Amino acid sequence: MSAADTRRGWLKGAAAGAAGLWLTACNKVNDNPQVQATLKSAEGLTRQAQRLLISRKALAQEFTEADISSDFRPNGSISPGDAEYRKLLMGGFADYRLVVDGLVDKPLSLTLAQVRALTSRTQITRHDCVEGWSSIGKWKGARLGPLLDLAGLKADARYIVFHCADSLGGGGANGRYYESIDLIDAYHPQTIMAYEMNGAVLPVAHGAPLRLRVERQLGYKHAKYVMRIEAVADFAHLGAGKGGFWEDRGYEWYAGI
Amino acid sequence: MPPTMKALVYRHSVVTRLTHWINVVALTLLLMSGLQIFNAHPALYWGQKSTFAEPWVAMTAVERGDEMIGLTKVGPLTLETTGLFGFSGNEKRGFPAWSTAPSYRNLADGRHWHFFFAWVFVLNGLVYLSANSLNGHIRRDLLPTRDQLAPRHLWHEILDHARLRFAKGEEARRYNALQKLAYGGVVLIVLPLMVLTGLTMSPAVDAGQPWLPAVFGGRQSARTIHFICAGLITAFVLVHVAMVLLSGVWNNLRSMVTGRYAIDVEGDAR
Repeated sequence: MSAADTRRGWLKGAAAGAAGLWLTACNKVNDNPQVQATLKSAEGLTRQAQRLLISRKALAQEFTEADISSDFRPNGSISPGDAEYRKLLMGGFADYRLVVDGLVDKPLSLTLAQVRALTSRTQITRHDCVEGWSSIGKWKGARLGPLLDLAGLKADARYIVFHCADSLGGGGANGRYYESIDLIDAYHPQTIMAYEMNGAVLPVAHGAPLRLRVERQLGYKHAKYVMRIEAVADFAHLGAGKGGFWEDRGYEWYAGI
Repeated sequence: MPPTMKALVYRHSVVTRLTHWINVVALTLLLMSGLQIFNAHPALYWGQKSTFAEPWVAMTAVERGDEMIGLTKVGPLTLETTGLFGFSGNEKRGFPAWSTAPSYRNLADGRHWHFFFAWVFVLNGLVYLSANSLNGHIRRDLLPTRDQLAPRHLWHEILDHARLRFAKGEEARRYNALQKLAYGGVVLIVLPLMVLTGLTMSPAVDAGQPWLPAVFGGRQSARTIHFICAGLITAFVLVHVAMVLLSGVWNNLRSMVTGRYAIDVEGDAR
């Protein structure tokens, strides 16, 4: 081994060592709970700034038929293996019931036909995934606001929770998908329980038989395979207490950005 | 030849110095967390929606024989970028581990870093812009004068820069035209563009301010412009740091810490 080779080897080793130290130091800072808490304080600031500056009634942009994506990407669960769901799917969702309960005056249990008979809205909107991509689709569904009024929210109801049929990440009760939104978004005119996509029955990959569309927020808020809608005062008792499957795994509860 | 002497001139106000160093921290973390976010979907498109089969830019990994190689597609070009883009550190990823915050793949953490420092950057930028608009620094020192913009003068400056001949004496009191264009372009055009394209990626902001996606030609275009501007800022910083090193590192650093910058003056300067 020549002196130059030795030197080169030493330099390479030093560079790799410095890089390793750099990564370890960065990740140590990242994993510090104090740092994490500080970083997350920005989420509240973002939510308050957006709620302050953007009218609660502002509509997400709607597009034309020509804008619809031919390659709308399904994400998360695309074919739930959960036994209960498989059974409903085999039966063409004839036995499916949408349960509306929690802090309501009159709990509901609705067939798909009953959901389809409710006040509906059709919209062509852009779906923005937290990963960064966008697809445009046409959705038809029952407006959530009138549906909640049918059940009658109690005065202490503050959030609407969506319990889903699918499990992600190994399955089990911990892996069951769920989401939650506040009443501003629940009563927004574009917030619907969609049963049609692009003029056809909602496909399994996109959340059949019923999925939430909560335009103005990122894709993971749009719960698919919704079985039960629950009105709650807070969501601390659900999952890890952060208000949703991905929220429990570090993502923001307010996904307007 | 008259003797030259050093004279200290007061160059950077306390607001400029403070916001400069806050910006160093904020932009570094914004870039690294931005690359983490990009890695969640390492592809870029033009328009409102993603055309998955035809991205404008994409970083991918493919198998060749019994090894993995990283590929980067830019428009019609496809380049092999193993070790840097597409495949590095024995895993499939857009940008390599050393460039992202955190180094391992974690989109949620990347977003937390990004949005925290986005607030730091925006508030810091507002302090800088309001103070330096009021005191006239931007108009006086960052906008090129008419004589500086003459083609002959610009060509002269480009030649001087290429020969690493830096301004001395009276000329060193003000920024030269290339400095003004670089600083002014970044401060007044690229950085504000970064904020606006960033806001355009927010579905809630788009609902409240529909002119934003309209101006940029859609959310995916805004994301692509955001990425391009990040590249421009990185290029600016590399040139900026090189120039600081080449034109007297201690003098430059002192001026951005204490505000005082030394210039050569002829005769007995005061």
